[in-house]
Amino acid sequence: MNLFDIIGPVMVGPSSSHTAGAVKIGLAAGKLLGEKVVSAEILLYGSFLATGKGHGTDAALVAGLLGMKMDDENIPKSLEIAKERGLQIKFGKADLKDAHPNSVEMRLVGEHGRKLSIVGESIGGSLINIAKIDGLDANFSGDFPTLIIHNEDQPGHLAEVTGMLARSSINVATMQLYRASRGGEAVMVIECDQEVPEETLEWLQKADGITKVTYFSLKEPEETR
Amino acid sequence: MSYKKLTEITELSEKRHIPFWQAVLEEDMIERGVSREDSMSRMEYMYETIKEADENYDPALRSASGLAGGDGGLLEEYRKKHSSLLNDFVLEVMEKAVKMGESNACMRRIVAMPTAGSCGVIPAVLLTYMKHKNPGKDRIIEALYVAGGIGEVIATSASISGAEGGCQAEIGSASAMAAGALAYLEGGGNEEIVHAAALTLKNMLGLTCDPVAGLVEVPCIKRNVAGAVNAVVYSQMAMAGVRSAIEPDEVIDSMNRIGRLLPTCLKETGQEGLAITRSAQKITERLSITDL
Ligand code: SF4
Repeated sequence: MNLFDIIGPVMVGPSSSHTAGAVKIGLAAGKLLGEKVVSAEILLYGSFLATGKGHGTDAALVAGLLGMKMDDENIPKSLEIAKERGLQIKFGKADLKDAHPNSVEMRLVGEHGRKLSIVGESIGGSLINIAKIDGLDANFSGDFPTLIIHNEDQPGHLAEVTGMLARSSINVATMQLYRASRGGEAVMVIECDQEVPEETLEWLQKADGITKVTYFSLKEPEETR
Repeated sequence: MSYKKLTEITELSEKRHIPFWQAVLEEDMIERGVSREDSMSRMEYMYETIKEADENYDPALRSASGLAGGDGGLLEEYRKKHSSLLNDFVLEVMEKAVKMGESNACMRRIVAMPTAGSCGVIPAVLLTYMKHKNPGKDRIIEALYVAGGIGEVIATSASISGAEGGCQAEIGSASAMAAGALAYLEGGGNEEIVHAAALTLKNMLGLTCDPVAGLVEVPCIKRNVAGAVNAVVYSQMAMAGVRSAIEPDEVIDSMNRIGRLLPTCLKETGQEGLAITRSAQKITERLSITDL
């Protein structure tokens, strides 16, 4: 917590968790998809579902998907803007178990057909946690450039990935490993101190045993508004 | 490292012969690794943003629930057309507090200080002071550092979240921060600043967080007035030489303990208090989210 968490942040109201946090989740989801979102199924859970309408959580999530930040005065108009840009939105209830009370599941499809599903949580203040990606645990805050690698649970992939990062002079800040079952699908979530260059991402995408590479960058996406 | 006690700020200020606000500024420079100019221009941006938010208030706006909006306009009209028991300064503090709270509920851009629910308290006091006493923008920015330092101590030693500590943590913290800032603007030193904060916070201890339908509207918006006026009144007491019998840091510790003891049903869960009254139930039913 620093001084400008107390005198700040600048945000569009009414709620840091239900509005500002929701914008951040939408923004993170859009960046993770890595291409322009053309359709989004937004499934609300817990307090997001119960009080989301009055807090503008629906508009906030969509604003984030459109690339807006939490101080953007167009947030209240995001649903109309989405329509103008041909972004199809469907709202519903999420079927989650034991999730954080402020949770949302988003199922996205991009303009080149890439698909992504995430579960995001607004955990207080305007802090967020991306809890799941494509049904598997992830848990990261979006405060660092983050690499999410889905791979087959076999020996050697971890060393391969960290080796490649070292060759690209990228320092790993934190790292988590999850798997659905032994020998099944596994996920590495790697928060980095530096941005991961395009070539490294491409190399990883082609590497043996790696099924999907998702990258969350702090850099601005090319196309915001 | 954030300050954990008000005495840490005042001791550093005395040792280094720098004002309270500067001790807060220097801590920010170290904590975030930024220059003096960076920190101060960011604080100036916060000031410009609250000023703009206040000026852009629109009395015609209503929140998504339909519950909030328009009261700032009523107060403005009353101030301009009627003779009141209160002077213009206090009337305008009330008006600006409501306006900012309503703007927040209506999805306008505000500055959370310390939270969105309590975003009207500090701006109401500082913007009104600027208008009536014109101390210059620099002084107001310094006063924001004073407020920020007090808020930082409360956040580290107690809480600034209604879900964690009840509304004493939100409107209460904002009120104590505003009181310290106002004491500084009125020429107070460390002693006046911390006692203004302490006297103010003591009136807010135990305040519950029980918003209707879970929205940051009822009682939040009007409670910003209580926080702001409370700050005005008790900073005046501090300036008159009145001192809190309880050490300011001990008041903050008490707030922390009380916040923990407050039952969960009174900490932003909508399970008790105002949130379950018949009036509140009617509103909640009307707002049911079936159309999602
Ligand atoms: S009642 Fe609760 S939500 Fe409203 S201002 Fe107070 S702490 Fe915030």
